[in-house]
Amino acid sequence: MTTAPALLEARDLKTHFRRGGWLAPARWVHAVDGVSLALARQETLGLVGESGSGKTTLGRTLLRLVEPTAGRILLDGQDVTGLSQAAFRPLRRRMQIVFQNPYASLNPRRTVGQILRQPLAYHRVAGDHARLVCDLLARVGLPPEAAGRYPHEFSGGQRQRIAIARALALRPDLVVADEITSGLDVTVKLRVLALLRELQAEFRVAYLFISHDLAVVRQIADRVAVMYLGQVVEEAPTAALFERPLHPYTQALHASVPAPDPAVAWRPPILSGEPPSPIAIPPGCRFHPRCPFAEARCRTEPPALREVAPGHRVACHLAPEINVRGAPPPSRTFPRGRGPGEARAGSGTPRP
Amino acid sequence: MSAPVLEVRGLTVRYGGRLATWEVGLSLGAGEILGLVGESGAGKSTVGRAVVRLLADGGRVDAGAIRFQGRDLLALSEPAMRRMRGADIALIPQDPLSALNPVFRVGLQATDALRLHRGLSRRAAVVEMVRLFGRMGLPDPADILRRFPHELSGGMRQRVLIAMAFSCGPSLVIADEPTTALDVTTQAQILRLLDDLQAERPVATLFVTHDLGVVAHLADAVAVMYAGCVVEVAPTAALFATPAHPYTLGLLAQVPRADARAEASPALEALMPTLAAPPRACPFRDRCPKRMAPCDAAMPALRAVAVDHRVACHLYAER
Repeated sequence: MTTAPALLEARDLKTHFRRGGWLAPARWVHAVDGVSLALARQETLGLVGESGSGKTTLGRTLLRLVEPTAGRILLDGQDVTGLSQAAFRPLRRRMQIVFQNPYASLNPRRTVGQILRQPLAYHRVAGDHARLVCDLLARVGLPPEAAGRYPHEFSGGQRQRIAIARALALRPDLVVADEITSGLDVTVKLRVLALLRELQAEFRVAYLFISHDLAVVRQIADRVAVMYLGQVVEEAPTAALFERPLHPYTQALHASVPAPDPAVAWRPPILSGEPPSPIAIPPGCRFHPRCPFAEARCRTEPPALREVAPGHRVACHLAPEINVRGAPPPSRTFPRGRGPGEARAGSGTPRP
Repeated sequence: MSAPVLEVRGLTVRYGGRLATWEVGLSLGAGEILGLVGESGAGKSTVGRAVVRLLADGGRVDAGAIRFQGRDLLALSEPAMRRMRGADIALIPQDPLSALNPVFRVGLQATDALRLHRGLSRRAAVVEMVRLFGRMGLPDPADILRRFPHELSGGMRQRVLIAMAFSCGPSLVIADEPTTALDVTTQAQILRLLDDLQAERPVATLFVTHDLGVVAHLADAVAVMYAGCVVEVAPTAALFATPAHPYTLGLLAQVPRADARAEASPALEALMPTLAAPPRACPFRDRCPKRMAPCDAAMPALRAVAVDHRVACHLYAER
């Protein structure tokens, strides 16, 4: 990408978990299975995929909250994979995380002020901590009095602002945001995203923005990586990924999201079957059992992630020629017997 | 048109000192899907739960009537209501994992309703369930009956619950956020299934959701709830094309879309209030960009602004 080393880089990263082994035979969950990614300073990389695709594990592995099984993590070009936890601790200041559920990630028995002072105290940050806390609160749009109150006194959106303030307290270079808008109401989502953008400019922070919600990722990411069964299957600048998705899985994901507008036709593609489990990984292309275009070589030969346009990488033998939408398998406009904007035949309307 | 399958009038539900809904009115005909949307705490799930008379502890209906095929559900005895629940009125719950009992095999619990309401023998109920599971697109139905809920994926569990809901041929289905816990590709499959079932047999469906994208493509009509009150009802196309209530306008503007990048509008900054007493003013006034003097003086009534399109807002008062 650039000549300077990336802020954070993953090289062929793998995280496997052992399951069973006492009464049942041991099996390995290939949560992250060979991911290479790079994140530049002040960049937002969106990481999307369905549940079980390994996106959360990847985020945690990059921060070494989970130790990788194989591969390397580089921070500013320096390999941090082999560092002891003690040697790694000072580097943690530079990499923070915001979790999905602000009801669980904030200690209910501590005041917001105590919660925000904790990282400052732990890393022995110089200065007046009370003042720093007030500044942080102001920056996420909360009054200074919030410091004396407890998490339960705040709404979900406000709590997520507190969690964001805590992550930014140490002025990190990178924040991993793991599904941080999932529990929020629609009326709050865009505001939290706008706040993240403001803070990015101010704190010069990069985000790894993990979400299953493509609409949300579209709002904030500069680039997007799509994960399927522990691997990145497509990576592209946001506009390119949404306007010209090349991997059949990305195309299916994108087409599955109903636009909040009945006038926009919705033709969700049929992906056959269930998402396979990361325990029994299919041979060849991991997506082939659900792919409507799978050919003989897809069943045997794993496709490499290759660059097909500047910054646009895809792991598919058949890309960029294929397109799920409008092609086989049969896909109908949704719902049955109704064009966009037409009422269902014979329908009445509620009269309160 | 024929008489509505479900008619809710003036439904007020109270949880202790809090009004969860206030004077909610809805009407739903055979074959119709009514989307009930709103933020969390708006009272949309409470309406669904009140219809099946399964309000959470501490909840009670203060006022109102719920008529199902002309019968007053609130006046039914508990045994009579139990005969109706799962047979004529079915519920598809949000979380398929907590809705299924983890210690019993799927077959045992899925066939309960068939044996209880349709009087089938155990064997006949299993045969019928295998047929229904097949219809729901579940692979190897006989095998699924022998499994425990945790052995199934989220999408499969939701199909099991839909099969259970439809097993006794209900006239009314209450679907409470049935796809919220699912991935988008699975959600699309489940919505397609519900749409197909609807095409086969005209069931009246009350579809409770916060997802405006789902409502846009599935529902015939939409009712928008705010702070326990229905603030707008309209045919789906009209609601999205010409929303009338300032809250609906703000809500539609706030939905993140996968097909465009949007800016946050300041319209819905304040928090949704909870009602402690019957509203004496518009509950949306603190967030409303079009607040006027009458908004502080009285709760606006639902008024027609177009055919089948009703709004509770003083902007549309008779001039």
